[in-house]
Amino acid sequence: MSIFKPLGYITFAISIVQFGLLAYSQEAVRLGTPISEGQLAEFDLIATPDGSGFPEGSGTAREGKAVYDTRCAACHAATGEGISGRTVIAGGDMQSEETPLRTVGSYWPYASTIFDFVRRAMPADAPKSLSNEEVYQVTAYVLYLNGIIQEDTLINADSLNAIKMPNADGFIDRSHIQ
Amino acid sequence: MHQDKFEKVAGNGLINRRYLLGLGLSGVGIAAASSVLGADSALKIEIPTWSKVPGPGASAYGRRSTHTEHMQRLARPPDPFYPGGGASLSPLQHLQGTITPNSLHFERHHAGVPNISPAEHKLVINGLVRQPLVFDYEDLLKYPMVSKIHFLECSGNSGSLLRGGNADGTAQSLHGLVSCAEWTGIPLSTLLDEAGVLPKARWVAAVGADAASMGRSVPLNKALDDVLVALYQNGEPVRPEQGYPMRLFCPGWEGNISVKWLTHLKLTNEPAQFRDETSKYTDTQPDRSSYQFTFRMGTKSLITSPSGQMALNRQGFYKVTGIAWSGSGSIRRVEVSADGGRSWADALIESNQFEKALTRFSIPWEWNGGDAVLQSRATDDQGNVQPTRDAVIADQGAINFYHNPCIQSWGINSAGEVSNVYI
Ligand code: HEC
Repeated sequence: MSIFKPLGYITFAISIVQFGLLAYSQEAVRLGTPISEGQLAEFDLIATPDGSGFPEGSGTAREGKAVYDTRCAACHAATGEGISGRTVIAGGDMQSEETPLRTVGSYWPYASTIFDFVRRAMPADAPKSLSNEEVYQVTAYVLYLNGIIQEDTLINADSLNAIKMPNADGFIDRSHIQ
Repeated sequence: MHQDKFEKVAGNGLINRRYLLGLGLSGVGIAAASSVLGADSALKIEIPTWSKVPGPGASAYGRRSTHTEHMQRLARPPDPFYPGGGASLSPLQHLQGTITPNSLHFERHHAGVPNISPAEHKLVINGLVRQPLVFDYEDLLKYPMVSKIHFLECSGNSGSLLRGGNADGTAQSLHGLVSCAEWTGIPLSTLLDEAGVLPKARWVAAVGADAASMGRSVPLNKALDDVLVALYQNGEPVRPEQGYPMRLFCPGWEGNISVKWLTHLKLTNEPAQFRDETSKYTDTQPDRSSYQFTFRMGTKSLITSPSGQMALNRQGFYKVTGIAWSGSGSIRRVEVSADGGRSWADALIESNQFEKALTRFSIPWEWNGGDAVLQSRATDDQGNVQPTRDAVIADQGAINFYHNPCIQSWGINSAGEVSNVYI
């Protein structure tokens, strides 16, 4: 195994022997192995509002109901009202008098996050066990439970990211304060 | 009375911190109690049994004294609807100095602790880079590393205080989502340079290898500034609960962004809008707008002794001690009040005035047996002063429970019982 160390390592080792610490600080260690985006297609699960990272596929809420009922409802309840505060995924109103219930429908700024999150983290007892097609379907169903789309609205990368979420304008970017 | 020679510097018994220098509190205590000691003729000190039998020999892996096993993290029972999810809190009231033992460092997991084989773990950098790269663990160990002592605090730490909960909480149950360690790792800038960041890149999306593939977006300027890919924690490989074999470490920022089990860094133009930077870790204001990407942790301090659920068992001298920290810099000053904030005295800064690290402070105090409210107030080197709870609520309301740096008030009654109070 060590015979096939990348070239960068060998350079680094030799430079230490020959030039000591000075060379160490000047000669950057470069041991990363080049890889192509294509080789990362299965690995890179980041799906963002600009549509990047979304796989092929589509689905409707009507199709997603079966996925939801069998794979999600045990923790999120039949219509997304949740079993505990943590698992409420539908309903809520940001303008309510009481502390507002913040859910996918009432709070989330982007629809892309549903697909991104469900594909990587749900169902919580078996993450990454759904096919991309099922993730599209159940994403549609979560949107439908929140009254954001119709039962037969086709959800794919384009139509999902075209949705303006109810609270999309409710966020203030504070990333400049570091 | 002989105690009068100790200079009082604020109301209700706070003593000049210089009595902790040189003299030491034990010296003070003995001086105060010397007549009692002299009077106790029954006192006899003998050789203890453990001085007469050899103990067990050296061992391959150390363990703590059986007499300190009560010092535990506080974890809630598992939630069947949240497999592996949840948090555990550090026993702050049992710890001294500023470094949290790795086994007592607080935890927060979104899908449990993965058991990662380092030989199979990969760290990928892709997106807006000249050359996407993949790194092996063994190779990363060969890079030049830096070691930095930094606190890590969950942005939800102390959040329950804003809603007036947990009157009988402890320092641990109310504030235990903060810890401090020496983190050793590779500056993220080193690895990003190797991949070659393209001019359009503004953010780094970081993803963990846990079952939740937890992700957060880090602004590129922070990533190039002081962020580490941390491989060691207090000298040993990062613990599994802290991200073994490697975690991101973003000094001074809310803990969640220091992504554990780091496996993927993607350079992007816009933030990825992960669930944990939209649905969670966003701060809803009284007008129902929500601040997003509120990274920096506040300027904060906490008295760890005496603290909630402790009891003072005699009148007289105590060392009031605690921790202070700031997400903006180093701690310049900690003041302590024993009268609920009416008067303040400067505490002694005992150790580690490092940037974005826990600092230990102490001040001697004479409890007169009456009611007292102990508070501490930190100031950092940027001039930020720790706010009162009322000020935090006036400023950000109580819908939001993230980022609460408020002053903690510990009430002490005439029985010596210490509890969380809201004043
Ligand atoms: C074993 C229980 C369980 C199952 C099954 C499950 N979830 Fe979840 N879900 C959770 C928990 C717990 C959380 C909160 C996770 C956290 O806070 O880290 C959550 C969070 C979510 C959220 C984000 C909620 C928010 O406001 O941030 C969405 C959306 C979601 N789940 C969708 C689904 C879908 C769709 C399925 C089915 C494919 C599913 N879940 C199956 C337990 C479950």
